[in-house]
Amino acid sequence: MSGRLEIWLFVFQRLSAIVLAPLVLVHLVTMIYAVQGGLSAAEILNRTQSNAIWPVLYGIFIVAVAIHGAIGLRTILREMTPLQDKGSGVIAVLFCALVLILGYRAVGAIA
Amino acid sequence: MSVIAAHRNHPTYWAFLLHRISGLALVIFLPIHLYVLSMAVGDGARLDAFLDWTQRPLVKLAEVVLVVLLALHMAGGLRLLAVEFLPWRDSQKTLAAFAGAFAVGAGILYFLNVV
Repeated sequence: MSGRLEIWLFVFQRLSAIVLAPLVLVHLVTMIYAVQGGLSAAEILNRTQSNAIWPVLYGIFIVAVAIHGAIGLRTILREMTPLQDKGSGVIAVLFCALVLILGYRAVGAIA
Repeated sequence: MSVIAAHRNHPTYWAFLLHRISGLALVIFLPIHLYVLSMAVGDGARLDAFLDWTQRPLVKLAEVVLVVLLALHMAGGLRLLAVEFLPWRDSQKTLAAFAGAFAVGAGILYFLNVV
């Protein structure tokens, strides 16, 4: 285990959390507001295309959650499964890539 | 009661466990969520077909659970940041209780609006 790597992962986990907290709050409020009249593709697109800030916010959201989820998943795998550093690291990187790709497509679809 | 059992029977141990469980659940849900959203591309017919399916009571119940898990992970995460970076305070159980209350509150608000 590289001590330097662990320190950087610790720092990135906290920094991404600080970025995510207000975005999650906005997401919670938006969800509670948006489901009131029922969801449809037209309703979602009307909302997300009404202001250029939405795709920007969601873009930041995707990058932060890809980092945060990957590091968290790695921690759980290392501490609670027989997987070693390498195995859990590979799965974490694959998760990060998957979220970035799917997130890029999703933001593109609603932008 | 053994030492291990004693330290686990504490609100902040449950906060730790719930943070892991909610984090893992969100990690599993997120790729599915993003894949579904990408169906909005074009005329959104595929997304509308999927949204029809989400009208089922069990799916709505699952949505409420996910909202609670997301709110819990956020509030619990802020509690963790406070423990790590702010001066120590004795009211650790109260902070954990606030996180739990925030999550339950978000779940109730979502439930009342989605039904």
